[in-house]
Amino acid sequence: MMNYLQALFSNTTTRRGFGAIIIFLFIWHIGSQLDEWTGYDLLGIGLVPPPVDVFTAFLGVMPKTGYWMSWVASFSRVITGFLVAMLVGIPFGLLLAVNRYFRGVFFPPFEILRPIPPLAWVPASLIFWPTNEMSIAFVTFLGAFFTIVINVLGGARNIDISYLRAAQSMGASQFDLFWKIVLPGTLPSIFTGAAVGMGITWEVVLAAEMISGGGTQGGGGLGFFIWSSYMGGSLEQIIVGMISIGIAGYLSSSAIRKIGFHFMPWRRLF
Amino acid sequence: MAKNTSKTEKKGALSIKNVTKIYDPTGVNVMAVDNCSMEIAAGEVCMIVGPSGCGKTTLLNAIAGFHSITEGSIHLDGELLCGPERPKAEQSAERMVVFQHGALFPWKTLQENVAYGPTVQKALSPSQAMEKGGQMLAEAGLGNFIKKFPGEVSSGMARRAEIVRALINNPKVLLLDEPYRAMDALTKQIMHESLLETYDRTGVTIFFITHDLEEAIFLGDKVHIVTTRPCQLKKTVEVKIPRPRSYETQSSEKFRKLLVEVNDAVHEEAVKAFKAGEREMA
Repeated sequence: MMNYLQALFSNTTTRRGFGAIIIFLFIWHIGSQLDEWTGYDLLGIGLVPPPVDVFTAFLGVMPKTGYWMSWVASFSRVITGFLVAMLVGIPFGLLLAVNRYFRGVFFPPFEILRPIPPLAWVPASLIFWPTNEMSIAFVTFLGAFFTIVINVLGGARNIDISYLRAAQSMGASQFDLFWKIVLPGTLPSIFTGAAVGMGITWEVVLAAEMISGGGTQGGGGLGFFIWSSYMGGSLEQIIVGMISIGIAGYLSSSAIRKIGFHFMPWRRLF
Repeated sequence: MAKNTSKTEKKGALSIKNVTKIYDPTGVNVMAVDNCSMEIAAGEVCMIVGPSGCGKTTLLNAIAGFHSITEGSIHLDGELLCGPERPKAEQSAERMVVFQHGALFPWKTLQENVAYGPTVQKALSPSQAMEKGGQMLAEAGLGNFIKKFPGEVSSGMARRAEIVRALINNPKVLLLDEPYRAMDALTKQIMHESLLETYDRTGVTIFFITHDLEEAIFLGDKVHIVTTRPCQLKKTVEVKIPRPRSYETQSSEKFRKLLVEVNDAVHEEAVKAFKAGEREMA
Protein backbone atom coordinates (compact mmCIF):
# COMPACT_ATOMS: atom_id res chain seq x y z
CA MET A 1 0.00 0.00 0.00
CA MET A 2 2.77 2.42 0.94
CA ASN A 3 4.67 1.49 -2.18
CA TYR A 4 1.59 2.04 -4.25
CA LEU A 5 1.06 5.51 -2.76
CA GLN A 6 4.73 6.34 -3.25
CA ALA A 7 4.51 5.32 -6.88
CA LEU A 8 1.34 7.33 -7.31
CA PHE A 9 2.85 10.49 -5.87
CA SER A 10 6.10 10.20 -7.78
CA ASN A 11 3.97 10.97 -10.83
CA THR A 12 4.07 14.72 -11.60
CA THR A 13 0.55 14.78 -13.03
CA THR A 14 -0.90 13.18 -9.91
CA ARG A 15 1.02 15.53 -7.61
CA ARG A 16 -0.13 18.52 -9.59
CA GLY A 17 -3.74 17.29 -9.52
CA PHE A 18 -3.76 16.81 -5.76
CA GLY A 19 -1.96 20.12 -5.26
CA ALA A 20 -4.62 21.89 -7.29
CA ILE A 21 -7.41 20.30 -5.25
CA ILE A 22 -5.76 21.34 -1.99
CA ILE A 23 -5.31 24.92 -3.23
CA PHE A 24 -8.93 24.97 -4.32
CA LEU A 25 -10.08 23.79 -0.86
CA PHE A 26 -7.88 26.46 0.73
CA ILE A 27 -9.39 29.25 -1.38
CA TRP A 28 -12.85 27.89 -0.63
CA HIS A 29 -12.04 28.02 3.07
CA ILE A 30 -10.78 31.63 2.87
CA GLY A 31 -13.87 32.60 0.87
CA SER A 32 -16.21 31.11 3.43
CA GLN A 33 -14.42 32.84 6.32
CA LEU A 34 -13.99 36.23 4.65
CA ASP A 35 -17.06 37.65 6.32
CA GLU A 36 -15.94 36.68 9.83
CA TRP A 37 -12.35 37.79 9.34
CA THR A 38 -12.82 41.13 7.58
CA GLY A 39 -16.43 42.03 8.10
CA TYR A 40 -16.94 42.10 4.34
CA ASP A 41 -18.01 39.18 2.23
CA LEU A 42 -17.25 38.76 -1.41
CA LEU A 43 -20.55 38.81 -3.29
CA GLY A 44 -22.39 36.70 -0.71
CA ILE A 45 -19.62 34.14 -0.61
CA GLY A 46 -19.74 34.24 3.18
CA LEU A 47 -22.88 32.10 2.98
CA VAL A 48 -20.95 29.13 1.73
CA PRO A 49 -20.19 26.61 4.46
CA PRO A 50 -16.45 26.04 4.92
CA PRO A 51 -15.02 22.79 3.56
CA VAL A 52 -14.53 21.48 7.09
CA ASP A 53 -18.30 21.69 7.75
CA VAL A 54 -19.00 19.91 4.48
CA PHE A 55 -16.55 17.21 5.46
CA THR A 56 -18.25 16.90 8.83
CA ALA A 57 -21.59 16.55 7.05
CA PHE A 58 -20.04 13.87 4.88
CA LEU A 59 -18.85 12.01 7.98
CA GLY A 60 -22.44 12.32 9.19
CA VAL A 61 -24.00 10.69 6.13
CA MET A 62 -21.22 8.18 5.54
CA PRO A 63 -22.46 5.51 7.94
CA LYS A 64 -26.01 5.81 6.62
CA THR A 65 -26.97 3.15 4.12
CA GLY A 66 -29.42 5.59 2.49
CA TYR A 67 -26.55 7.69 1.16
CA TRP A 68 -24.71 4.72 -0.33
CA MET A 69 -27.94 3.29 -1.70
CA SER A 70 -28.36 6.60 -3.49
CA TRP A 71 -25.01 6.04 -5.17
CA VAL A 72 -26.07 2.57 -6.17
CA ALA A 73 -29.47 3.76 -7.39
CA SER A 74 -28.07 6.58 -9.53
CA PHE A 75 -25.23 4.51 -10.88
CA SER A 76 -27.46 1.62 -11.85
CA ARG A 77 -29.86 4.01 -13.60
CA VAL A 78 -27.04 5.72 -15.46
CA ILE A 79 -25.45 2.43 -16.48
CA THR A 80 -28.75 0.89 -17.57
CA GLY A 81 -29.81 3.91 -19.62
CA PHE A 82 -26.35 4.33 -21.05
CA LEU A 83 -25.85 0.69 -22.01
CA VAL A 84 -29.25 0.42 -23.65
CA ALA A 85 -28.51 3.66 -25.52
CA MET A 86 -25.19 2.24 -26.73
CA LEU A 87 -26.73 -1.11 -27.70
CA VAL A 88 -29.52 0.52 -29.66
CA GLY A 89 -27.73 3.68 -30.75
CA ILE A 90 -24.58 2.23 -32.33
CA PRO A 91 -26.32 -0.18 -34.74
CA PHE A 92 -28.98 2.43 -35.44
CA GLY A 93 -26.38 5.09 -36.26
CA LEU A 94 -24.37 2.68 -38.43
CA LEU A 95 -27.48 1.62 -40.32
CA LEU A 96 -28.35 5.27 -40.92
CA ALA A 97 -24.84 5.78 -42.27
CA VAL A 98 -24.59 2.79 -44.60
CA ASN A 99 -28.13 2.22 -45.84
CA ARG A 100 -29.78 4.88 -47.95
CA TYR A 101 -33.30 3.48 -47.57
CA PHE A 102 -33.02 3.10 -43.84
CA ARG A 103 -31.77 6.68 -43.63
CA GLY A 104 -34.63 7.91 -45.80
CA VAL A 105 -37.22 6.39 -43.51
CA PHE A 106 -35.74 6.89 -40.05
CA PHE A 107 -33.64 10.02 -40.25
CA PRO A 108 -36.48 12.60 -40.53
CA PRO A 109 -38.39 11.44 -37.42
CA PHE A 110 -35.09 11.10 -35.59
CA GLU A 111 -34.17 14.66 -36.44
CA ILE A 112 -37.53 15.94 -35.22
CA LEU A 113 -37.26 14.12 -31.90
CA ARG A 114 -33.58 14.92 -31.37
CA PRO A 115 -33.88 18.63 -30.47
CA ILE A 116 -36.38 17.90 -27.69
CA PRO A 117 -34.38 18.21 -24.45
CA PRO A 118 -34.42 14.96 -22.44
CA LEU A 119 -35.92 16.81 -19.48
CA ALA A 120 -38.91 17.81 -21.58
CA TRP A 121 -39.69 14.09 -21.75
CA VAL A 122 -39.94 13.77 -17.98
CA PRO A 123 -43.62 14.65 -17.45
CA ALA A 124 -44.79 12.62 -20.43
CA SER A 125 -42.77 9.58 -19.44
CA LEU A 126 -43.95 9.80 -15.83
CA ILE A 127 -47.48 9.49 -17.15
CA PHE A 128 -46.62 7.02 -19.86
CA TRP A 129 -44.54 4.44 -17.99
CA PRO A 130 -46.15 2.37 -15.23
CA THR A 131 -43.39 2.93 -12.63
CA ASN A 132 -41.23 5.90 -11.71
CA GLU A 133 -38.19 3.70 -12.11
CA MET A 134 -39.01 2.98 -15.73
CA SER A 135 -39.67 6.66 -16.42
CA ILE A 136 -36.26 7.61 -15.05
CA ALA A 137 -34.55 4.84 -17.00
CA PHE A 138 -36.31 5.90 -20.18
CA VAL A 139 -35.34 9.55 -19.86
CA THR A 140 -31.77 8.56 -19.06
CA PHE A 141 -31.71 6.40 -22.15
CA LEU A 142 -32.95 9.27 -24.31
CA GLY A 143 -30.26 11.57 -22.94
CA ALA A 144 -27.49 9.36 -24.24
CA PHE A 145 -29.24 7.86 -27.27
CA PHE A 146 -29.47 10.92 -29.50
CA THR A 147 -25.89 11.99 -28.83
CA ILE A 148 -24.53 8.53 -29.52
CA VAL A 149 -26.50 8.11 -32.74
CA ILE A 150 -25.53 11.49 -34.13
CA ASN A 151 -21.86 10.85 -33.35
CA VAL A 152 -21.87 7.38 -34.86
CA LEU A 153 -23.65 8.64 -37.96
CA GLY A 154 -21.27 11.58 -38.37
CA GLY A 155 -18.22 9.42 -37.73
CA ALA A 156 -19.22 6.72 -40.19
CA ARG A 157 -20.11 9.24 -42.88
CA ASN A 158 -16.81 11.05 -42.43
CA ILE A 159 -14.58 8.05 -43.01
CA ASP A 160 -12.00 9.02 -45.61
CA ILE A 161 -13.29 7.72 -48.94
CA SER A 162 -9.72 6.70 -49.79
CA TYR A 163 -9.91 3.98 -47.12
CA LEU A 164 -13.03 2.53 -48.71
CA ARG A 165 -11.58 2.79 -52.20
CA ALA A 166 -8.30 1.21 -51.16
CA ALA A 167 -10.10 -1.66 -49.44
CA GLN A 168 -12.40 -2.22 -52.40
CA SER A 169 -9.52 -2.20 -54.85
CA MET A 170 -7.83 -4.84 -52.75
CA GLY A 171 -10.93 -6.98 -53.10
CA ALA A 172 -12.81 -6.37 -49.85
CA SER A 173 -16.40 -7.63 -49.81
CA GLN A 174 -19.26 -5.57 -48.37
CA PHE A 175 -18.92 -7.63 -45.21
CA ASP A 176 -15.18 -6.87 -44.97
CA LEU A 177 -15.82 -3.20 -45.66
CA PHE A 178 -18.29 -2.96 -42.80
CA TRP A 179 -16.39 -4.93 -40.17
CA LYS A 180 -12.83 -4.01 -41.08
CA ILE A 181 -13.17 -0.44 -42.33
CA VAL A 182 -16.44 1.25 -41.36
CA LEU A 183 -16.57 -0.07 -37.80
CA PRO A 184 -12.96 0.65 -36.75
CA GLY A 185 -13.13 3.94 -38.65
CA THR A 186 -16.17 4.91 -36.58
CA LEU A 187 -14.78 3.77 -33.21
CA PRO A 188 -13.27 7.16 -32.29
CA SER A 189 -16.65 8.82 -32.90
CA ILE A 190 -18.40 6.07 -30.96
CA PHE A 191 -16.23 6.83 -27.95
CA THR A 192 -16.66 10.58 -28.33
CA GLY A 193 -20.40 9.98 -28.41
CA ALA A 194 -20.14 7.70 -25.39
CA ALA A 195 -18.17 10.27 -23.37
CA VAL A 196 -20.58 13.10 -24.18
CA GLY A 197 -23.58 10.80 -23.76
CA MET A 198 -22.35 9.67 -20.35
CA GLY A 199 -22.17 13.30 -19.22
CA ILE A 200 -25.71 13.96 -20.42
CA THR A 201 -26.90 10.78 -18.71
CA TRP A 202 -25.71 12.07 -15.35
CA GLU A 203 -27.36 15.44 -15.90
CA VAL A 204 -30.61 13.79 -16.86
CA VAL A 205 -30.73 11.15 -14.14
CA LEU A 206 -30.18 13.79 -11.45
CA ALA A 207 -32.93 16.03 -12.74
CA ALA A 208 -35.29 13.10 -13.25
CA GLU A 209 -34.70 11.94 -9.67
CA MET A 210 -35.42 15.41 -8.33
CA ILE A 211 -38.64 15.70 -10.29
CA SER A 212 -39.95 12.19 -9.77
CA GLY A 213 -39.15 12.04 -6.08
CA GLY A 214 -36.46 9.42 -6.35
CA GLY A 215 -38.36 6.50 -7.74
CA THR A 216 -38.92 3.31 -5.83
CA GLN A 217 -35.37 2.14 -5.15
CA GLY A 218 -34.01 2.51 -1.66
CA GLY A 219 -32.04 5.72 -1.19
CA GLY A 220 -33.72 7.46 -4.08
CA GLY A 221 -30.56 8.40 -5.92
CA LEU A 222 -28.08 11.25 -5.60
CA GLY A 223 -30.44 13.72 -7.27
CA PHE A 224 -33.08 12.90 -4.69
CA PHE A 225 -30.43 13.11 -1.97
CA ILE A 226 -29.65 16.72 -2.96
CA TRP A 227 -33.31 17.57 -3.26
CA SER A 228 -34.19 16.20 0.15
CA SER A 229 -31.17 17.97 1.68
CA TYR A 230 -32.52 21.16 0.17
CA MET A 231 -35.94 20.47 1.62
CA GLY A 232 -34.30 19.75 4.98
CA GLY A 233 -32.34 23.00 4.72
CA SER A 234 -28.90 21.45 5.03
CA LEU A 235 -26.55 23.42 2.82
CA GLU A 236 -23.59 21.25 3.83
CA GLN A 237 -25.38 18.10 2.80
CA ILE A 238 -26.36 19.64 -0.55
CA ILE A 239 -22.69 20.21 -1.23
CA VAL A 240 -21.86 16.66 -0.14
CA GLY A 241 -24.38 15.50 -2.76
CA MET A 242 -22.90 17.77 -5.40
CA ILE A 243 -19.37 16.59 -4.82
CA SER A 244 -20.57 12.98 -4.84
CA ILE A 245 -22.00 13.54 -8.31
CA GLY A 246 -18.75 15.13 -9.42
CA ILE A 247 -16.83 12.07 -8.30
CA ALA A 248 -19.38 9.71 -9.83
CA GLY A 249 -19.16 11.53 -13.16
CA TYR A 250 -15.37 11.47 -13.04
CA LEU A 251 -15.34 7.74 -12.36
CA SER A 252 -17.71 7.13 -15.28
CA SER A 253 -15.74 9.17 -17.78
CA SER A 254 -12.41 7.66 -16.76
CA ALA A 255 -13.94 4.23 -17.23
CA ILE A 256 -14.93 5.20 -20.77
CA ARG A 257 -11.45 6.55 -21.43
CA LYS A 258 -9.91 3.28 -20.22
CA ILE A 259 -12.20 1.21 -22.41
CA GLY A 260 -11.55 3.49 -25.37
CA PHE A 261 -7.84 3.17 -24.87
CA HIS A 262 -8.19 -0.60 -24.81
CA PHE A 263 -10.19 -0.78 -28.03
CA MET A 264 -8.22 1.85 -29.94
CA PRO A 265 -4.53 1.13 -29.40
CA TRP A 266 -3.69 3.31 -32.40
CA ARG A 267 -5.00 6.35 -30.56
CA ARG A 268 -2.52 7.11 -27.85
CA LEU A 269 -4.20 10.37 -27.07
CA PHE A 270 -7.89 10.28 -26.41
CA MET B 1 -3.72 -5.00 -79.40
CA ALA B 2 -0.12 -6.07 -79.70
CA LYS B 3 1.07 -7.33 -76.39
CA ASN B 4 4.46 -6.25 -75.26
CA THR B 5 6.33 -9.48 -74.85
CA SER B 6 9.79 -8.63 -73.67
CA LYS B 7 12.00 -11.19 -72.00
CA THR B 8 10.29 -10.94 -68.60
CA GLU B 9 6.84 -10.76 -70.20
CA LYS B 10 5.80 -7.50 -68.68
CA LYS B 11 2.17 -6.77 -68.10
CA GLY B 12 0.16 -3.63 -67.65
CA ALA B 13 -0.04 -1.87 -71.03
CA LEU B 14 -2.57 0.92 -70.73
CA SER B 15 -4.28 2.33 -73.76
CA ILE B 16 -6.29 5.48 -73.19
CA LYS B 17 -8.31 6.43 -76.26
CA ASN B 18 -10.26 9.65 -76.78
CA VAL B 19 -11.37 9.80 -73.18
CA THR B 20 -13.71 12.61 -72.26
CA LYS B 21 -15.13 13.24 -68.82
CA ILE B 22 -17.82 15.80 -68.13
CA TYR B 23 -18.80 16.42 -64.54
CA ASP B 24 -22.32 17.62 -64.05
CA PRO B 25 -22.75 18.12 -60.35
CA THR B 26 -25.07 21.13 -60.33
CA GLY B 27 -26.32 21.27 -63.88
CA VAL B 28 -23.24 23.20 -64.98
CA ASN B 29 -21.18 21.00 -67.26
CA VAL B 30 -17.54 20.99 -66.34
CA MET B 31 -15.31 19.28 -68.84
CA ALA B 32 -12.44 17.79 -66.88
CA VAL B 33 -10.91 15.66 -69.61
CA ASP B 34 -11.37 16.33 -73.31
CA ASN B 35 -10.58 13.73 -75.93
CA CYS B 36 -7.42 12.63 -74.21
CA SER B 37 -5.38 9.77 -75.64
CA MET B 38 -2.17 8.18 -74.51
CA GLU B 39 -0.44 4.84 -74.84
CA ILE B 40 1.51 3.45 -71.93
CA ALA B 41 3.63 0.44 -72.65
CA ALA B 42 3.84 -2.50 -70.25
CA GLY B 43 6.42 -1.92 -67.58
CA GLU B 44 6.77 1.75 -68.38
CA VAL B 45 7.10 4.55 -65.86
CA CYS B 46 4.73 7.15 -67.16
CA MET B 47 4.71 10.55 -65.53
CA ILE B 48 1.76 12.90 -65.94
CA VAL B 49 2.55 16.57 -65.44
CA GLY B 50 0.11 19.47 -65.69
CA PRO B 51 -1.32 22.48 -63.89
CA SER B 52 -3.35 22.07 -60.70
CA GLY B 53 -6.95 21.04 -61.13
CA CYS B 54 -6.49 20.13 -64.77
CA GLY B 55 -8.12 16.73 -64.62
CA LYS B 56 -5.13 14.44 -64.09
CA THR B 57 -6.70 12.84 -61.06
CA THR B 58 -9.93 12.37 -63.01
CA LEU B 59 -8.00 10.28 -65.48
CA LEU B 60 -6.43 8.24 -62.68
CA ASN B 61 -9.83 7.74 -61.04
CA ALA B 62 -11.21 6.46 -64.34
CA ILE B 63 -8.40 3.90 -64.66
CA ALA B 64 -8.82 2.82 -61.02
CA GLY B 65 -12.59 2.51 -61.43
CA PHE B 66 -13.57 5.20 -58.93
CA HIS B 67 -15.30 7.34 -61.54
CA SER B 68 -17.04 6.78 -64.84
CA ILE B 69 -15.98 8.33 -68.14
CA THR B 70 -18.30 10.14 -70.53
CA GLU B 71 -16.73 9.11 -73.82
CA GLY B 72 -13.81 7.08 -75.13
CA SER B 73 -12.30 3.89 -73.79
CA ILE B 74 -9.48 2.57 -71.63
CA HIS B 75 -7.90 -0.84 -72.18
CA LEU B 76 -5.47 -2.75 -70.01
CA ASP B 77 -3.44 -5.38 -71.84
CA GLY B 78 -6.06 -5.33 -74.58
CA GLU B 79 -8.96 -5.88 -72.21
CA LEU B 80 -11.62 -3.24 -71.97
CA LEU B 81 -11.70 -1.48 -68.59
CA CYS B 82 -14.25 1.11 -69.48
CA GLY B 83 -15.81 2.33 -72.67
CA PRO B 84 -19.12 3.22 -74.27
CA GLU B 85 -20.81 0.04 -73.02
CA ARG B 86 -19.39 0.22 -69.54
CA PRO B 87 -18.65 3.78 -68.40
CA LYS B 88 -17.12 2.79 -65.06
CA ALA B 89 -14.28 0.31 -64.72
CA GLU B 90 -14.51 -2.34 -62.04
CA GLN B 91 -12.16 -1.82 -59.11
CA SER B 92 -9.53 -4.48 -59.00
CA ALA B 93 -6.27 -5.39 -57.34
CA GLU B 94 -4.58 -5.38 -60.76
CA ARG B 95 -4.72 -1.57 -60.59
CA MET B 96 -3.61 -0.38 -57.17
CA VAL B 97 -3.75 3.27 -56.18
CA VAL B 98 -1.38 5.05 -53.82
CA PHE B 99 -3.35 8.05 -52.66
CA GLN B 100 -2.38 11.70 -52.50
CA HIS B 101 -2.91 12.00 -48.76
CA GLY B 102 -2.06 8.43 -47.90
CA ALA B 103 -4.67 5.83 -47.11
CA LEU B 104 -3.07 3.32 -44.80
CA PHE B 105 -5.76 2.22 -42.35
CA PRO B 106 -4.84 4.04 -39.14
CA TRP B 107 -6.29 1.26 -36.97
CA LYS B 108 -4.03 -1.43 -38.41
CA THR B 109 -0.29 -1.80 -37.94
CA LEU B 110 1.89 -1.54 -41.03
CA GLN B 111 2.06 -5.32 -41.18
CA GLU B 112 -1.71 -5.73 -40.84
CA ASN B 113 -2.21 -3.08 -43.50
CA VAL B 114 0.01 -4.92 -45.96
CA ALA B 115 -1.60 -8.27 -45.11
CA TYR B 116 -5.10 -6.90 -45.71
CA GLY B 117 -5.22 -7.43 -49.49
CA PRO B 118 -4.21 -11.11 -49.65
CA THR B 119 -6.42 -11.81 -46.61
CA VAL B 120 -9.64 -10.38 -48.03
CA GLN B 121 -8.91 -11.92 -51.42
CA LYS B 122 -8.41 -15.22 -49.56
CA ALA B 123 -5.24 -15.62 -51.61
CA LEU B 124 -3.35 -16.40 -48.40
CA SER B 125 -4.40 -17.43 -44.93
CA PRO B 126 -4.30 -14.55 -42.44
CA SER B 127 -1.11 -15.84 -40.82
CA GLN B 128 0.60 -16.42 -44.18
CA ALA B 129 -0.45 -12.96 -45.29
CA MET B 130 1.00 -11.46 -42.11
CA GLU B 131 4.25 -13.33 -42.66
CA LYS B 132 4.56 -12.26 -46.27
CA GLY B 133 3.60 -8.70 -45.35
CA GLY B 134 6.32 -8.60 -42.71
CA GLN B 135 8.85 -9.92 -45.21
CA MET B 136 7.95 -7.40 -47.87
CA LEU B 137 8.10 -4.54 -45.39
CA ALA B 138 11.52 -5.73 -44.30
CA GLU B 139 12.65 -5.78 -47.93
CA ALA B 140 11.50 -2.17 -48.20
CA GLY B 141 13.66 -1.29 -45.20
CA LEU B 142 10.78 -1.12 -42.73
CA GLY B 143 11.60 -4.28 -40.81
CA ASN B 144 11.78 -2.49 -37.47
CA PHE B 145 8.43 -0.80 -37.89
CA ILE B 146 6.06 -3.58 -38.89
CA LYS B 147 4.28 -3.51 -35.52
CA LYS B 148 3.83 0.27 -35.56
CA PHE B 149 0.62 2.05 -36.42
CA PRO B 150 0.73 4.48 -39.37
CA GLY B 151 0.35 7.38 -36.94
CA GLU B 152 3.58 6.39 -35.25
CA VAL B 153 5.87 6.47 -38.29
CA SER B 154 7.05 9.32 -40.51
CA SER B 155 5.13 10.23 -43.65
CA GLY B 156 7.95 8.82 -45.75
CA MET B 157 7.78 5.45 -44.06
CA ALA B 158 3.99 5.44 -44.29
CA ARG B 159 4.16 6.10 -48.01
CA ARG B 160 6.69 3.33 -48.55
CA ALA B 161 4.48 0.95 -46.56
CA GLU B 162 1.52 1.97 -48.69
CA ILE B 163 3.42 1.10 -51.84
CA VAL B 164 4.28 -2.27 -50.30
CA ARG B 165 0.59 -2.74 -49.48
CA ALA B 166 -0.20 -2.16 -53.15
CA LEU B 167 2.59 -4.39 -54.46
CA ILE B 168 1.70 -7.42 -52.35
CA ASN B 169 -1.38 -7.77 -54.58
CA ASN B 170 0.83 -8.20 -57.67
CA PRO B 171 -0.80 -5.36 -59.55
CA LYS B 172 -0.21 -4.81 -63.25
CA VAL B 173 -0.35 -1.07 -62.80
CA LEU B 174 0.56 1.12 -59.87
CA LEU B 175 -1.35 4.39 -59.90
CA LEU B 176 0.27 7.12 -57.84
CA ASP B 177 -1.40 10.46 -57.29
CA GLU B 178 1.25 12.94 -56.14
CA PRO B 179 2.37 10.59 -53.40
CA TYR B 180 5.37 12.67 -52.34
CA ARG B 181 3.68 16.04 -52.49
CA ALA B 182 4.11 17.28 -48.95
CA MET B 183 7.59 15.92 -48.40
CA ASP B 184 10.82 17.80 -47.98
CA ALA B 185 13.50 17.50 -50.64
CA LEU B 186 15.65 15.09 -48.65
CA THR B 187 12.83 12.68 -47.89
CA LYS B 188 11.70 12.89 -51.50
CA GLN B 189 15.14 11.86 -52.63
CA ILE B 190 14.99 8.75 -50.49
CA MET B 191 11.46 8.00 -51.67
CA HIS B 192 12.55 8.26 -55.30
CA GLU B 193 15.46 5.90 -54.81
CA SER B 194 13.21 3.45 -52.99
CA LEU B 195 10.57 3.61 -55.73
CA LEU B 196 13.15 3.11 -58.47
CA GLU B 197 14.58 0.19 -56.59
CA THR B 198 11.10 -1.31 -56.29
CA TYR B 199 10.46 -0.70 -59.96
CA ASP B 200 13.70 -2.34 -61.02
CA ARG B 201 12.72 -5.35 -58.92
CA THR B 202 9.09 -5.73 -60.01
CA GLY B 203 8.84 -4.05 -63.40
CA VAL B 204 5.29 -2.96 -62.65
CA THR B 205 3.77 -0.32 -64.92
CA ILE B 206 3.68 3.01 -63.12
CA PHE B 207 1.22 5.79 -63.77
CA PHE B 208 2.45 8.70 -61.69
CA ILE B 209 0.88 12.14 -61.34
CA THR B 210 3.12 14.93 -60.15
CA HIS B 211 3.78 18.66 -60.16
CA ASP B 212 7.46 18.22 -59.58
CA LEU B 213 9.26 18.37 -62.94
CA GLU B 214 12.57 17.08 -61.66
CA GLU B 215 10.76 14.16 -60.09
CA ALA B 216 8.99 13.51 -63.38
CA ILE B 217 12.22 13.34 -65.36
CA PHE B 218 14.20 11.49 -62.74
CA LEU B 219 11.66 8.70 -62.39
CA GLY B 220 9.98 8.53 -65.77
CA ASP B 221 10.49 6.76 -69.06
CA LYS B 222 8.07 9.21 -70.57
CA VAL B 223 6.75 12.51 -69.29
CA HIS B 224 3.29 13.36 -70.56
CA ILE B 225 2.53 17.05 -70.24
CA VAL B 226 -1.19 17.72 -70.21
CA THR B 227 -3.04 20.97 -70.82
CA THR B 228 -5.01 22.97 -68.33
CA ARG B 229 -8.68 22.03 -67.94
CA PRO B 230 -10.01 20.29 -69.95
CA CYS B 231 -7.14 17.86 -69.79
CA GLN B 232 -5.57 16.90 -73.13
CA LEU B 233 -2.21 15.48 -73.99
CA LYS B 234 -0.02 18.43 -75.00
CA LYS B 235 3.40 16.93 -75.39
CA THR B 236 5.27 13.76 -74.58
CA VAL B 237 8.92 13.94 -73.64
CA GLU B 238 10.90 10.72 -73.71
CA VAL B 239 13.53 10.40 -71.03
CA LYS B 240 16.36 8.43 -72.53
CA ILE B 241 18.47 8.25 -69.44
CA PRO B 242 19.55 4.67 -68.78
CA ARG B 243 18.55 2.83 -65.64
CA PRO B 244 19.46 2.26 -62.90
CA ARG B 245 19.52 5.98 -62.20
CA SER B 246 21.06 7.57 -59.17
CA TYR B 247 20.75 11.03 -57.75
CA GLU B 248 23.88 12.08 -59.66
CA THR B 249 21.80 11.76 -62.80
CA GLN B 250 20.07 14.95 -61.79
CA SER B 251 23.16 17.04 -62.29
CA SER B 252 23.90 15.69 -65.77
CA GLU B 253 23.68 17.89 -68.88
CA LYS B 254 21.03 15.62 -70.42
CA PHE B 255 18.82 15.94 -67.36
CA ARG B 256 19.08 19.75 -67.38
CA LYS B 257 18.14 19.93 -71.06
CA LEU B 258 15.09 17.74 -70.54
CA LEU B 259 14.09 19.88 -67.58
CA VAL B 260 14.15 23.02 -69.72
CA GLU B 261 12.09 21.29 -72.40
CA VAL B 262 9.45 20.09 -69.96
CA ASN B 263 9.45 23.37 -68.08
CA ASP B 264 8.74 25.38 -71.25
CA ALA B 265 5.71 23.26 -72.06
CA VAL B 266 4.35 23.26 -68.54
CA HIS B 267 4.96 26.94 -67.96
CA GLU B 268 2.76 27.88 -70.91
CA GLU B 269 -0.09 25.81 -69.47
CA ALA B 270 0.44 27.12 -65.98
CA VAL B 271 0.09 30.70 -67.26
CA LYS B 272 -3.10 29.75 -69.09
CA ALA B 273 -4.48 28.05 -66.00
CA PHE B 274 -3.63 31.07 -63.87
CA LYS B 275 -5.35 33.47 -66.29
CA ALA B 276 -8.41 31.22 -66.46
CA GLY B 277 -8.48 31.29 -62.68
CA GLU B 278 -8.30 35.09 -62.71
CA ARG B 279 -11.23 35.23 -65.13
CA GLU B 280 -13.28 32.95 -62.91
CA MET B 281 -12.58 35.14 -59.92
CA ALA B 282 -13.46 38.37 -61.79
